[in-house]
This record gives sequence, C-alpha cells and structure tokens, in this order.
Amino acid sequence: MGRISAVARPKQKQALRLRLYIAGNAPNSLRAIENLRAFCADKLPDGHELEIVDLLKDPSRALADGIIVTPTLLKLSPLPAMRFVGNLSDTSKLELSLVSG
Amino acid sequence: MKAQAQYAPVKKMLTGIKGFDDITQGGLPIERNTLIMGGPGCGKTVFALQALVNGARRSHEAGLFVAFEESTKQIVANAATFGWDLPALEKKKLFFLDAHLTPEDVKSGDFDLMGMLAVLEAKAKQIGAKRIVFDGIDVLLGLLDDPIAERREVYRIRDWLTRTGFTAIITQKIDGVEAGMRYSFLQFMVDCVVVLRHQVVDGSAFRNLRVKKYRGSGFDSDEFPISLSSDGMQLTTRGPMEFEYDVTDERISTGLPRLDNMLHGGYHRGSNVLISGAPGTAKSTLAGLFAAASCARGERTLYVSFDEGAAQITRNLKSVGINLAPCRKSGLLRIYSTRTRGPNVEDQFAALRRLILDQKPRCLVIDPLSALSTKVAHLASADATQQFLDFLKLQKITVVNTSLMDGLNMDEATATGISTIADTWIHVSYIVQDGERNRALTIVKSRGTGHSNQVRELTLSSEGVALTDAFIAQGKVLMGVARWEWEQEELATKQRNEVASELARLKLQISQAEAAARLLVVQTEMEVRTAEIALLATATGSATKLRRTDRAMLRKMRHADDDVRLPLLPRVRTRGVKKNGKVASNGTD
Repeated sequence: MGRISAVARPKQKQALRLRLYIAGNAPNSLRAIENLRAFCADKLPDGHELEIVDLLKDPSRALADGIIVTPTLLKLSPLPAMRFVGNLSDTSKLELSLVSG
Repeated sequence: MKAQAQYAPVKKMLTGIKGFDDITQGGLPIERNTLIMGGPGCGKTVFALQALVNGARRSHEAGLFVAFEESTKQIVANAATFGWDLPALEKKKLFFLDAHLTPEDVKSGDFDLMGMLAVLEAKAKQIGAKRIVFDGIDVLLGLLDDPIAERREVYRIRDWLTRTGFTAIITQKIDGVEAGMRYSFLQFMVDCVVVLRHQVVDGSAFRNLRVKKYRGSGFDSDEFPISLSSDGMQLTTRGPMEFEYDVTDERISTGLPRLDNMLHGGYHRGSNVLISGAPGTAKSTLAGLFAAASCARGERTLYVSFDEGAAQITRNLKSVGINLAPCRKSGLLRIYSTRTRGPNVEDQFAALRRLILDQKPRCLVIDPLSALSTKVAHLASADATQQFLDFLKLQKITVVNTSLMDGLNMDEATATGISTIADTWIHVSYIVQDGERNRALTIVKSRGTGHSNQVRELTLSSEGVALTDAFIAQGKVLMGVARWEWEQEELATKQRNEVASELARLKLQISQAEAAARLLVVQTEMEVRTAEIALLATATGSATKLRRTDRAMLRKMRHADDDVRLPLLPRVRTRGVKKNGKVASNGTD
C-alpha cells in the first residue's frame, strides 16, 4: 500500500500529519515526493507524520478522500485540514501554511 | 440501436432526448467522445445527465458522472425536477464523482489527472460502467492555467477514453468568443460536437441546439429549439416528413346551428380551427359554444385559457346563454387557466402537450393561441405552433384556437402564420357605422368543405348567440340598427308589393273572365253556323230529290222514251261557267 515514513516522533499533542497522493511513477508525482521530502527536512525539524498513497494501487482510498488530481497533499492535522495540489514546486505556500500554522 | 447500426456505420446510443436522436439518426456515438459546448444555462449538464440516465433506465447501463463545476449534491438536487429518480439510480447504476476543487485548495506547482483517471477506472470496473460524463471540463483546464498542460491533460483523457472504451460526453462552457478559441482543440479531438446556444430575441430567451460535427455519420446540421420539461430536455424538430394522420369526414357542431350551416355541417373532426379577431369580438364566446356542444355530445373537453380564470369564463359565457357549470361539475369539461409563463414558446407547448396527454380530451380550446406567440414574432414559434397542431392531429383532437389581432396587424394575418396552418379560419371583425359597433363574422377559409362566403352579423344577448344575415345596401354592409331599419323598410316594401300584386291579379282575373265570356259567344256563334250549314244541306238535298221526282213524273206524264237522257243539274254547270269564266271540264254529275 502506501509508503510510510515517520521521520520523527511528534512532540506536540497535535502532531503534523500529512498524506500525499501520487500516481505511480508519473513525473509530477515523483517530483512532489522529492519536493516534499526536501521541504520537510529543511523546514520541519520538529518532526511530522507523512503517508504516501499510490492511487494506481489503491484507488478506493483516493475516492474516499475526494482526490481528483495528482499529486495532492493533504494536511490532516492539526486542524484546519488543508489540501495542496501540484508537484509542490512552490514551497512558499507550503511554508506559509505548514510552518507558521 | 441494432436497427440504427444497419444504415449507420457508427454504432450509436440513444440519448432519450426527444428530437436529438432523430437529427443524429440514432443518438451519440458509442465508445467515442462527444463534446457539448455552450454558454451558462444552456442545458449542457441536463443533456449529459439525461443521456446517462436514459442509458441506465432503458439499457440498464451503468454510468459515471464526473462533476468539475458543481458539487454532485447540487446536480442531484437540480435534477430532482425531472422525475428521473436519481437517488434510486445512484444506488445501483450511476456514480457521481465530486471533482470540483474548492477555493481553499492551494495550488502549488504542476499537476495532472492520472490519479482521477485511475480512480474512475477502478470505479467503472466495480459497477460495470460503459458511459462517462465529464461535466465542465473548462473548469478543470482553467485550474491548470497553462496552455501546454491543458493540452497534455486533454490528450491524456482522450487516450484514456480510447483505451478504456468508454462512451464519453464532455461538456465545456464557452463564454464568448475568447474561451471558445482557447479550448478549440477540444473540438478536433472529439468525434461529435454539439453546440448549445442561449439567445435573446426581443427580450425573450431561447435555447437552441446544433450538431456541429459528427464523424462517420449523417446528421441534421440546423439549429433546433430546446425546451426543458419534467421529462427532461427535448428538441423541437420539424417532425415527421410525412403527415401520417387519418382524416375523417365526420362533422361536429360548432355550437351555433347557423354557423354549422355556413360550414355545410360544422367543423371536421380532428381539424384545427382558428377564430381570429380584435379584442371583444366574441372569439371566446364562439370557443365556449364549441366547448358546450362538445360536452353535450359527451366528449371530454379541455379549455385552456391564457386570459381568464375558470370561474370568470363560466360566468361570462352564462351571460350569453352558454351554461358550462354542469359540464364542469360532471368532469367532462376541464378549464385550465394559466398565465403565459415566460416567453419561451417551446416550454409552453411542452406543458400543454403534457396536459393533453394527461387529460386526453377529444375537443380542445386554446384561448388565445396568440398568447403563445405574440410576444415574439420568431420563426421558432411558428415551427412550434405547427408542431403542436400536428401533435393534436395525431391525437385526433379537434381544436378551436382563438387568435387576438390587435391594432397593429388588422390585415387578417397573424404573427405566427398559424392562419396558414389552420384548417378552418373564421374571422370576426367590428364594423363601425352610424354610431354603432357591430360584429361581422366571415369564414376566410375552410379546407375540404364548402362554406358560405357571406358576411354574417354576430349578435350576443342573454338569450344566446345568433348569426343574422347582414344586408348590403349601396355597397355597404348593414348591421345593428341600420340593419333593423333596413329590415323594417324591406317589410314595408314587401307589404306594398303584396297589395300591388293582388290588384294586378284581380285585374288579370277580370280580363280572363272577359276573354272567357268572349269565348262563349264565339262558341255559340259557331254552333249557330254549324246548325245553319246543316240546315242548308238538308234543304238542298230535299230540293234535288224533289226535282228528280218531278222530272220522272213529267216523263211519265209525257210518255217519253226510255233512252232519252237529259243532262242532270244543268243549273250547276251554268253556275260554274259564270263563276270561273270558263267551262268546267267535267261538270257532269
């Protein structure tokens, strides 16, 4: 199923939980994984939880989450939930939402 | 669909959109892509949804509906007006994918549709769907916001559709020329393009549909009016090429005996009658008469009024001796009063059709039909009227339509041209003379029946409606008081004439008697002459006999020889010589 990579244990009560939907080896999907990993390593030293779901392998989960385009990144917690679409090349938006929020 | 395949190389699926399946000779191409283009509110979503629903309901084919613009909840709710029972279909046959991105979604970099297509493919396998709708693809493309990416994703969808063998309907909103140009490549990529258009003519909105392209199939490329009703979308096409309705010689009463006579027996059963005239010319009254007569025959009757409520119509007609109340009570007559709701003629006619199919009347009154067309003198409305009348013909319904002619078009022509379609056209006009306004009724035409060419005066009173001969004097039609005066004068003249002729008769009788008397005198004279002649003859005969006897006696007395002969009657010979001046050749006797 998904590749789970927990980089570090969250310290706060409300841990940062992320879920990234990708479509196999599609260029945008691969780029998104790369971009997200780099961003997390750089900007989220406090740790987070990231789940990567491959739509091609598990379409029903995508349906449940209402995923339309790939790649899509979901911020599950802390609330409010957020959704980022695209290959995450524009990290400024991520930073604004994930780091300060 | 099998039948269609025989003459169409492309396999097709019926959309269930009335009219569309006709102009495309069988519907949309199977396992191919169709693009529905149009401005906002044209009915793109309805078109796509109806095709999907029709497949699910008639062919039990499952389908996917991908909504990019509206939420699926909205779509299902909006479609509730169509009576398709989407919630029930949704459980088994239809799957709605909410694919509209919310404004909260943050766009960060390039993305593609691979994920969505994977999800859809999985779902299609699960429910066995063969049909798919992408509703509002322009919204999706707008999100990509990059011409290259847009094209890439569109081709991705096309390749995916080709691979999976879906029959696809893609809708695209076009707002003005610019947007249409931007995604024009969509049109090249699909096999069939349908353009919907919202058009405003003289402040009235019309929806039209046109098939722009259909690879591998013939189609009617004209634009056709669309109407939306509770059954969904339908197209007003030109209808059947041949008029295939039965005709009958049966006549039914107009409700006015004198008018029946003028039409040589009444209206033809199943024909359409147009009663035109200015306001107040008793068009509704004539229609009411027809309705009452129809009810009297025990036939179901529907009276559609765009002017007045049922109670008002009943009261008004009662004032001229037409009592509809018992017919309404018995249910034979149904009066349906409505305002013309909006100017869309197609919708109005669709509503009327449903009402008629529901009520199944044998006789119908539409008062006035012009309410459906006067607002817009548009070709579409004439077409729609014709189709509606054809529909009635097929149902064998006799219809009396009234048509209002206002001051603008008094020249015996109606805006919609219904006058040319009408089988019988009765025109009622006002004739103003000598300070009066009177109604004059004429039959302009009546197909398949002889009819009077006379102008009649139509009079209304509490005792009823009547047609009276109008008099023509000095080149003018006389009506009202003028006619009454004329009638009185006629009566006086008639009386004078009667006296005069009686006198003449008596005089002649005298002459006759005189002649008879003279005849008697002459006859008597004749008899006298005859008697005289007879008397003369007798006298002459006796004289001759006497002379012979005398002669014989003389000879005897003279003792004459027997061979002496004396010529007889020398007197006669002598007379003949005297009279003619010569001796008769054979005067002997």
